[in-house]
Amino acid sequence: MKFLPIAAAGIALVLAGCDAIPGGSGQSGGAGDPNNPDSVAYFQQTVGDRVLFEVDQSVLTDVAKATLDQQAAWLLARPAVSVLIEGHADEQGTREYNLALGARRAAAVQSYLVSKGVIDARVRTITYGKERPLEICSNEACWAKNRRSVTVIEGGFGS
Amino acid sequence: MIRILTAFCFLIAAVPALAQTRLTVTEGTIQPIPVALPAFVAETPNAEGLAQEIRDVVAADLTGSGLFREIPREAHISGISAFEAPIQFQDWRIVNATALVTASVSLSEDNQMVVKFRLFDVAAQQALGKGLQFVAPQGAWRRIAHKVADSIYSRLTGEGPYFDTRVVFISEEGPKDARRKRLAIMDYDGANVRYLTGADAIVIAPRFSPNAKEVIYTSYETGFPRVFVMNVDTGQKREVTELPNMTFAPRFAPDGRSIVLSQTKGVNTDLYKVTIATGEVTQLTNSAAIETAPSFSPDGTQIVFESDRGGGQQLYLTPADGGEATRISFGDGRYGTPVWSPRGDKIAFTKILGGEFYIGVMDVDGSNERLLTRSFLDEGPTWSPNGRVIMFFRETAGVNGAPNLYTVDVTGLNLRKVPTPFFASDPAWSGVIE
Repeated sequence: MKFLPIAAAGIALVLAGCDAIPGGSGQSGGAGDPNNPDSVAYFQQTVGDRVLFEVDQSVLTDVAKATLDQQAAWLLARPAVSVLIEGHADEQGTREYNLALGARRAAAVQSYLVSKGVIDARVRTITYGKERPLEICSNEACWAKNRRSVTVIEGGFGS
Repeated sequence: MIRILTAFCFLIAAVPALAQTRLTVTEGTIQPIPVALPAFVAETPNAEGLAQEIRDVVAADLTGSGLFREIPREAHISGISAFEAPIQFQDWRIVNATALVTASVSLSEDNQMVVKFRLFDVAAQQALGKGLQFVAPQGAWRRIAHKVADSIYSRLTGEGPYFDTRVVFISEEGPKDARRKRLAIMDYDGANVRYLTGADAIVIAPRFSPNAKEVIYTSYETGFPRVFVMNVDTGQKREVTELPNMTFAPRFAPDGRSIVLSQTKGVNTDLYKVTIATGEVTQLTNSAAIETAPSFSPDGTQIVFESDRGGGQQLYLTPADGGEATRISFGDGRYGTPVWSPRGDKIAFTKILGGEFYIGVMDVDGSNERLLTRSFLDEGPTWSPNGRVIMFFRETAGVNGAPNLYTVDVTGLNLRKVPTPFFASDPAWSGVIE
């Protein structure tokens, strides 16, 4: 595995940017060259950093499993990278229940990645419940995108 | 006095009949008690403005309860020229006042305020209870006004007071997908808002300690949801547990010695009790499901909480030290955020059914369910200390959707918005301030 120092610096900047947002919602912008398989942008766009859930469910759909299989393969090829799985819910539940539901979704993803061989110490989870919607309309088109987990690259590039 | 109490009891008895009809209760009406609140007497020239402000807050408290109607000033035949002057009851009877409030306010040069008031039964032509006198610094004028209103309210209704109380809540600003949240505290009527945290971390669902001197809440300030306790006066805060995982939904026990909260472990969320003095932790629930949103019975012996162990979000009772849980909600839809009434006889909850949210109340065994409100998103009920009024938040739908605080009488009548400087959610009502 080879990483150019400049790429590592770029990732550090991205992470610092995320930290500045209270309750980040995954990476966005400035995530490196999407054509570079070792970039955050590549992970987000080509591997797929998020999976969606049915209403009030944490069961992984076939589509979700396919995405997570790719995440696992990507992570297995980069054993130094650690991730944070964010679990989110749509606005149709009560606040504290949705915190627990988001935690359950994140844990379902964590457990799937671990079952594919990713060492569990590399995978942390957090729930945001309904605190950080991605889409803000109040119908199923938005809610479907908000019932998500997002796998956020925490670090480990070049280390 | 008897006359007034009788009139009120009749009203209370009439209300449940109206409330039987689901969601049509707001179409019912209550006959409020007519009260005359003539200008309070300023006993020192510098107290004139203060006397008027105090009178106006007393009037707003009483009429805001929905149980009183103020006789308009224009209808008054006479005023109160001196606090000790004899009352011309005939003048007040003609304008149909059932009760009359007289008061005086004086202000010393060192800003000490003295407020005296008397309450009269106009028909019986006699005082209702003893006159009361409050001495306080001028800055406490709103609290004194609430104390006067509380005294009037209790004497006329026979119920406990609730105006001299505070609400801790979450103030919200900014767009829906990047909301900035601050922990905030205010008087129950929206006055004297004070912010207890900055907007740099998400904060969620605060609750008062039994003496209202501390607030317990969930914050993301470490990056993860963790439970904190803050002293309301000093702003000092600390984490309350060393439980390793994400913790949230904290509540003080009524004796203030322990807290109950939720901790996540993998896909599971359970309730834990933490003894504050020792840090000792007891796990209260042990199912593979979500257990959260606990609320103690006022005597501290039981906890009502929500769980999806039966497949969907429902309400359960369990002994406060753990043990077998009993399901109490059996209606259609999902039930969450149970909150035990300070009176001990009711549980308020959020219900989700058919894409809408309701605030409702049920008896402790789950019977006599009544729904009080309905909207796109009504959530998070909290009780006034006398168990008469429920505050909650209502969030509107859509890209500009946002939450505000509302109150509703436990009968389902008298829905009112609580004014706040910004959007507001997650209210929790204190007991009456000592």
